[in-house]
Amino acid sequence: MKLKTLVAAMAIGFAAAASAQTTGPVKIGFITDMSSVYADIDGPAGGEMVKWAAQDFGGKVLNRPIEVLTADHQNKADVASSKAREWIDKDGLSMLIGGTNSGTSLAMAKVAEEKKRPFISIGAGSARLTNEACSPYTVHYAYDTVALAKVAGTALVKAGAKTWFFLTADYAFGYSLEGDASNVVKANGGTVVGAVRHPLNASDFSSFLLQAQSSKAQILGLANAGGDFTNAMKAAKEFGINKTMKIAGLLVFINDVHSLGLANTEGLQLADSWYWNQDDASRKFAKRFFDKYKRMPSSVQAADYSAAANYLKAVQTAGTTDADKVMSTLKGMKIDDFYNKGQIRADGRMIHDMYLFQVKSPKESTVPWDYYKTVAKIPGEQAFTTVAESKCALNKK
Amino acid sequence: MEIFGIPLQAFLGQLMLGLVNGAFYAMLSLGLAVIFGLLGIVNFAHGALYMLGAFAAWIMLDKFGINYWYALVLAPLTVGALGVVIERLFLKHLYKIDPIYGLLLTLGLALIAEGIFRELYGVSGQNYNVPELLSGATNLGFMVLPNYRAWVVLVSLAVCVGTWYLIERTRLGAYLRAGTENAALVQAFGINVPLMVMLTYGAGAALAALAGVLAAPIIQVNPLMGSNLIIVVFAVVVIGGMGSIMGSILTGLSLGVIEGLTRVFYPEASSIVVFIIMVIVLMIRPAGLFGKEA
Repeated sequence: MKLKTLVAAMAIGFAAAASAQTTGPVKIGFITDMSSVYADIDGPAGGEMVKWAAQDFGGKVLNRPIEVLTADHQNKADVASSKAREWIDKDGLSMLIGGTNSGTSLAMAKVAEEKKRPFISIGAGSARLTNEACSPYTVHYAYDTVALAKVAGTALVKAGAKTWFFLTADYAFGYSLEGDASNVVKANGGTVVGAVRHPLNASDFSSFLLQAQSSKAQILGLANAGGDFTNAMKAAKEFGINKTMKIAGLLVFINDVHSLGLANTEGLQLADSWYWNQDDASRKFAKRFFDKYKRMPSSVQAADYSAAANYLKAVQTAGTTDADKVMSTLKGMKIDDFYNKGQIRADGRMIHDMYLFQVKSPKESTVPWDYYKTVAKIPGEQAFTTVAESKCALNKK
Repeated sequence: MEIFGIPLQAFLGQLMLGLVNGAFYAMLSLGLAVIFGLLGIVNFAHGALYMLGAFAAWIMLDKFGINYWYALVLAPLTVGALGVVIERLFLKHLYKIDPIYGLLLTLGLALIAEGIFRELYGVSGQNYNVPELLSGATNLGFMVLPNYRAWVVLVSLAVCVGTWYLIERTRLGAYLRAGTENAALVQAFGINVPLMVMLTYGAGAALAALAGVLAAPIIQVNPLMGSNLIIVVFAVVVIGGMGSIMGSILTGLSLGVIEGLTRVFYPEASSIVVFIIMVIVLMIRPAGLFGKEA
């Protein structure tokens, strides 16, 4: 009899651990690249932003303390998904935030859907997350390859750059970005004359650039990011590619511009969702970040804060951490903070304004990290995949 | 005229670029070969020393205004001195035991160095410009070659040939080689073998650092630059034959060219082609192309 009770008690205990806990701390898990190519764009500082959001919320929600867990996925999809699974199964995680890298976010989205936990992807680029691979539990927060391609691509093609050659990172994100940018180029009457795919973290770009140069295209579209982007830019300058072709960085972060210096990036046009020096609220957030890290936050780090804060708001409003209820609250509320204004659509896509920035010349830059001037503000409805274009079933309801 | 579907001009250009990278591989694998040949240490810290060389040059310029030409000498000297310290503090205890300990120790040191620089400077990389004198490019007819790249090839080849000559053709080299064969005997002739070994590791470290300084204007100076390269360089050394000086020079150059051509014909494979060759070579000649069969 005693044994039976014990077994029953243990079974209940396991069941409670397996579903989202309703007592004890509300746990938010944050998984990103903490040590490799994308660690400056997001990384440990991104995790700190999630913690700031929790602190600023008062450290408690529904009278339960908020706990933030962080992990390094090392840009490996299997590491990301097994960590997410472990947190959900063992720690009773309430919600998962994914940082940079599309491959890892696509893997985490699957786990989140299977285990029914809200998953907010921040720095991953691939638009598949809310398109072909959409799930009721995924939110794609900061930007995606469709928006980047539409904002940066349309502007350039309209300005007369009709022929394109792509230099593409050889993984999910690069393919998405190249594909989406090609569609934009073609839709605006331009042509894509060729593409070359380089391994992630390539050591040398000169040989790829020589191929780009012999294509005689007007525009070299760089469908890569981080260290691959900066090294490609540097080699392009060395080989004088920037004299015969215009270079378009399709995903450029402020850290990349800082790293290369204005002399190497002057005039570069780029798309982003946020810039630290755009209004008082942004500058206030940026100053707090700068005081701690001695650099300005990237758009991804700003979005980390915003996503965590809005999730907590949704939990408060819904009065529960139950995934379905929180998701419907999150999709029903307006998002309006220092990061952006917008709304999360049925497919999980956060629809907000995107910006086309141009890198200032060294002379135009007046204060440290004063790098961008705004060329255009593109409303979310024009920047992201439209409901009509979407392949996500959730949009058809 | 076309070669395998690409214009001759573009083909020659790619060949040239392959040679540039090959010169780099040669110089890095040379240091590894020297250290392995004379100390029996599989120096996994080589990539980190290369990274430190690049950072030393950048810090010298950024903090002290020391320009590229001085850094070209000062950075390898600094890192070489660090190499001497590493040898005295750690490596000298390991010569008589299994080489695997040396490998693990140097790997640990590399991870520590990388971690410290990642913490201090982040991973975005620091910009180091091409020196004024070498900026610009020369039209070779089939391609426009940046002057700086040509300079890198010249320096690397000079260093490679110089090192080979020093070890294979001079009295000092003979002592070195004899010292590794039978240290006790050489010592009996009044030659200070521990000093020689210490300076050898220092020189190997300085070679890696020199490659780092040469690389700084080409790529962003980054804490991860060493670990990105070290695996390829190890493959070069294995293919050439562990410890073979000439083997690592020739293999370095030819693998650079092969890798460059792969970038043209099947770019996706360019990061693994070196390892495919390594596997094939190890199956046919386990001691490497230029290695002595044990």
